[in-house]
Amino acid sequence: MAEVKTKGEVIVNRAAIVAVMLALVVMLTPILWITATAFKPRNLATTVPPTVMFEPTLSPFAKLFTKRSQLREPVEQEVYDAAPWWEQLVFDGGEQVVRNKKTGEATPSGFGGRYLNSLIVSIVSTVLAVSMGTITAYGFSRFRVPGEQDWLFFILSTRMLPPIVVAIPMFLMYRAVGLYDTHIGLIILYTAFNLSFAVWIMKGFIDEIPREYEEAALVDGYTRLQAFFKIVLPEALTGIAATAVFCFITAWNEYAFALMMTSRNAQTAPPYIPSQVGSGLSDWTVIASGTFLFLLPVAIFTFLLRNHLLRGMSFGAIRK
Amino acid sequence: MARIEIKGLNKSFGASRALRDLDLVVEDGEFFVLLGRTGAGKTTILRSIAGLEKPDSGMVKIGDHDVGGWTAAQRDVALVLQQYSLYPRLTVRGNLEFPLRSKTRKFTESEIAARVEKAAKTLQITHLMDRKVERLSGGEMQRVSIGRAIVRQPAVFLMDEPLSALDAKLRESLRVELKRLHSDLGATFLFVTHDQVEAMSMGDKIGVLRQGRLVQVGTPSDIYERPLNTFVARSVGSPPMNLINGRMSGGEAQIGAFRLPVSIAGAVERPVTFGVRPENVTLQSGAPVEAKVFDIEDQGVIKVLTLEMGSDRLHVTVPAGTKVGRDEMVRFGWKPDRVLAFDPDSGMNLALA
Ligand SMILES: Nc1ncnc2c1ncn2[C@@H]1O[C@H](COP(=O)(O)OP(=O)(O)O)[C@@H](O)[C@H]1O
Ligand SMILES: [Mg+2]
Repeated sequence: MAEVKTKGEVIVNRAAIVAVMLALVVMLTPILWITATAFKPRNLATTVPPTVMFEPTLSPFAKLFTKRSQLREPVEQEVYDAAPWWEQLVFDGGEQVVRNKKTGEATPSGFGGRYLNSLIVSIVSTVLAVSMGTITAYGFSRFRVPGEQDWLFFILSTRMLPPIVVAIPMFLMYRAVGLYDTHIGLIILYTAFNLSFAVWIMKGFIDEIPREYEEAALVDGYTRLQAFFKIVLPEALTGIAATAVFCFITAWNEYAFALMMTSRNAQTAPPYIPSQVGSGLSDWTVIASGTFLFLLPVAIFTFLLRNHLLRGMSFGAIRK
Repeated sequence: MARIEIKGLNKSFGASRALRDLDLVVEDGEFFVLLGRTGAGKTTILRSIAGLEKPDSGMVKIGDHDVGGWTAAQRDVALVLQQYSLYPRLTVRGNLEFPLRSKTRKFTESEIAARVEKAAKTLQITHLMDRKVERLSGGEMQRVSIGRAIVRQPAVFLMDEPLSALDAKLRESLRVELKRLHSDLGATFLFVTHDQVEAMSMGDKIGVLRQGRLVQVGTPSDIYERPLNTFVARSVGSPPMNLINGRMSGGEAQIGAFRLPVSIAGAVERPVTFGVRPENVTLQSGAPVEAKVFDIEDQGVIKVLTLEMGSDRLHVTVPAGTKVGRDEMVRFGWKPDRVLAFDPDSGMNLALA
């Protein structure tokens, strides 16, 4: 369909585009900076003025994943040639990879394990919060629940307290029941954070789906559960996608509880990055590469769900 | 095929009572129309029969079975709604196949294909089969909805104002098609509407519903000619029946200063609300009384005149060719045998009381 626009509308449109571009420049500059720094050799990372043109290197990533120590004298050519590419990158920076004395294995830095922890905890807690939230929201939306308003308010009220207020008692409880420094412990925490949010958002979306659709399925010979999966779930997909992105981001970014409730075994990536800033002379390229990898899943996740999000972000206010 | 029987059905939503002690029988193969205004409880009745609403008390029987404990899936009825009854993500074919793919039915693929094909032919939607339902017009959507109801060949069809959202022309043609479908299938149809024209033109039998109670059940001519009370009298007919307060006096109707003949058996002296349909009032030069023409509405085939009769207004339909002008004095009479008498307090038809 051809849309006819007046002159005024065209001007407003152009102005809006310019404004959006400006906002994008402001918001994307730090991300560009971090991305650039993540691929710079160390000596170019902190130059004044900043180096814009450089030959990208993977050495920050090689350093990020390994435990290193300073080289006291230049490495011998044979050793250098025999080393794998990532170790050569570390040698180039004047450092060596710490290897196990007996086995000769390279010692990992701990970032990889934490990154994996972050993925496990965030994905599992998101799946749990969104699926439980969706089913709960469906119940509230479709059935007469005694005290429905009170229950919904109670669910919402769990968000009214800054979570960190309960951190100390939670910490003591977790230690007592053996959830301290476990994946399941963090998963329970993050699911609980996100559940109330998921219930409220999903209720909005499910309320928007006419119940006539499911009822037609019931009359057509399907059970309530089949109708839910065949009719309601596909219709709610937009809302599920939006809710999932929000839950994932919350879990992925969470810092305070990750720092307090976990240590060696289950700690996630967010507490790692500041821990590197504090240790001696910071290698900003390593920090940038860690940050870059940390940004990646959220970006990918959001990109994959972008079609649903465009509609979902309006929280059901605009349909089609 | 099945008969529907409802006994003593009650349903409240909070403080508001949607159905009150409702009794209703729809005979096997009948086209029964429930006529009632918005909020009368029409939808609630259909939902109670379909098993989507649990009544507070009362019994619903389909065929020989009390279906009180049955789920919607077990009841084997089809429900067509005013809107929202098609699955938005499926094509027309997907929608028609959906009821047949339920696990409770177990149809083979070839059987499904044959039934869908047949339904599509019946409703002339074969050219739409691969279209997404969002792309259909209102009339096409309702055809598909009806198609989805007939593929299963259920014993009972429940229709909740399926034509109300369509424009007038389409409504008329679908009305004819639905009647034809009913006689082809021989199934029991329970059709609800707030549109009296629909009710009169489609129903074998009409039930007039008011605030959750069934006021009168009868054939369209019963309802039209012999309404049980003034509510039913004014529910059908356009323009509606004239209701004028007056007295029975000496075998005549006395309305203010006017006197008109009536042929009501055993008429006694008493106050009465007279009911007469506009088409039963006639303009004649020699007629008994005179009144002023207050308004004229030309409807093409007929003209509707509003006469001023003292403080009362009387609607009269006359052939379009009749020459009258506004504020003209005309003489009129009515057909004495077509005049009804109602109790002014209870509104009950005195002849049926
Ligand atoms: N789910 C519901 N919750 C509250 N009240 C309802 C509900 N469904 C129907 N009602 C009420 O019951 C009465 C009958 O409604 P309904 O059967 O939908 O009437 P109709 O279909 O004749 O317009 C109305 O007063 C309506 O407000
Ligand atoms: Mg209704």
